[in-house]
Amino acid sequence: MTVFWALLLRELRLSVRHGADTLAAVLFFVLAGALFPLAIGPAPETLSRMAPGIVWVCALLAALLPLDRLFGADFDDGSLDQLLLSGLPAGAVAAVKALAHWLATGVPLLLAAGPLAVMLQLHPAAVPVLLAGLVPGTLVLSLFGTLGAAVVLGARRGGVLLPLLVLPLAMPVLIFGAAATEAAAAGGTPRPHLLLLAAVLAGALPLCPLAAGAALREAAE
Amino acid sequence: MQNFSQAGLRVANLSAFRGERLVLRDLSFAVPNGGALLLLGANGSGKSTLLRVLAGLKRPDAGQVAWRGQDVQEQGAPAAYLGHLDAVKPGLTAAENLALAARIGCGDAAEAMAALDLSPLADLPARLLSAGQKRRLALARLLVLRAGLWLLDEPTLGLDAASVARLGQLMAAHRAAGGVVVAATHLPLPLGDAAELRL
Repeated sequence: MTVFWALLLRELRLSVRHGADTLAAVLFFVLAGALFPLAIGPAPETLSRMAPGIVWVCALLAALLPLDRLFGADFDDGSLDQLLLSGLPAGAVAAVKALAHWLATGVPLLLAAGPLAVMLQLHPAAVPVLLAGLVPGTLVLSLFGTLGAAVVLGARRGGVLLPLLVLPLAMPVLIFGAAATEAAAAGGTPRPHLLLLAAVLAGALPLCPLAAGAALREAAE
Repeated sequence: MQNFSQAGLRVANLSAFRGERLVLRDLSFAVPNGGALLLLGANGSGKSTLLRVLAGLKRPDAGQVAWRGQDVQEQGAPAAYLGHLDAVKPGLTAAENLALAARIGCGDAAEAMAALDLSPLADLPARLLSAGQKRRLALARLLVLRAGLWLLDEPTLGLDAASVARLGQLMAAHRAAGGVVVAATHLPLPLGDAAELRL
């Protein structure tokens, strides 16, 4: 277990050292969100109607950005072999990576989502629901992303393959997340949508690291 | 048939493919505790593949690898593996690069760095290290991991003469403590009385 935390510490230290890579995802998120008012016009009603969808789609795309290097760097410099020999099961290595991705990408996205939603004229009552949905949402995206990154590891043009693999998996997250926020904005209850999101998380939490671990072993062969 | 009961590392009827090619065919050998084995052979003869199989990174397509009586595939070998790549993170300092291995093997990172004359570089980001210094850092990881089985793939790559001599002393100390060294190399390695396996 101490190896688990030592590995997490090492991953976080690396994300701090490569701060530009870490910030890039958040900046992409904010900039992509800021493009929509320019493209569809600043009319508050239109923006307010589209805000949940914009925030969710941008968060999804931003979370994909750092995935390419999630295992890629370790694979290229030989660290992956050392991680697989660390005594941790390969699934636990993948779980650390998913957690590190969430802490380095998901949490900053959460922090930026509030201001972006306000900028897009989202109904104030719906902002907490948006954030409540993004917490399990970003976690699931990190888990699916880790799975995808492990599966395409070692493949030629894995960076191109990765979004094609992860985006379809992420569709339920997008549907439930945006629906929860829309329900809150329209005065309804977001509860069922949030529960469904939590259910997706409950399924992904044990399964994704296991599958990603198997893919890592395969890639190391 | 050799007597395997004393063996630290025992390999029986091992075969392994690399891609479509059968590079290791029906290989059997044993290395006793404190012993060393030198893998020789032309490029592509399967030295690296054999080391990866011994480490448990690659599944053999047939046969068994046992370390001190336990199957490597089931138990995971308590091996320290040094591949072609140094697995050194350029963003971390030399000392931070060893921190995870120190947690795994409970070894002393400062001591290991002193043994490889890296102490003055401990707080330097690893991206500033030269190729030979990175290789020495990777060798320091072997000491920190405190594994009984050392699997070395071209360990002297990029090392100067003084470092090669230092590596020789470290390997001798490791063997004196009952450890096993298996090394693949094209260059002469200061291993003393190592057995040779030509692939």
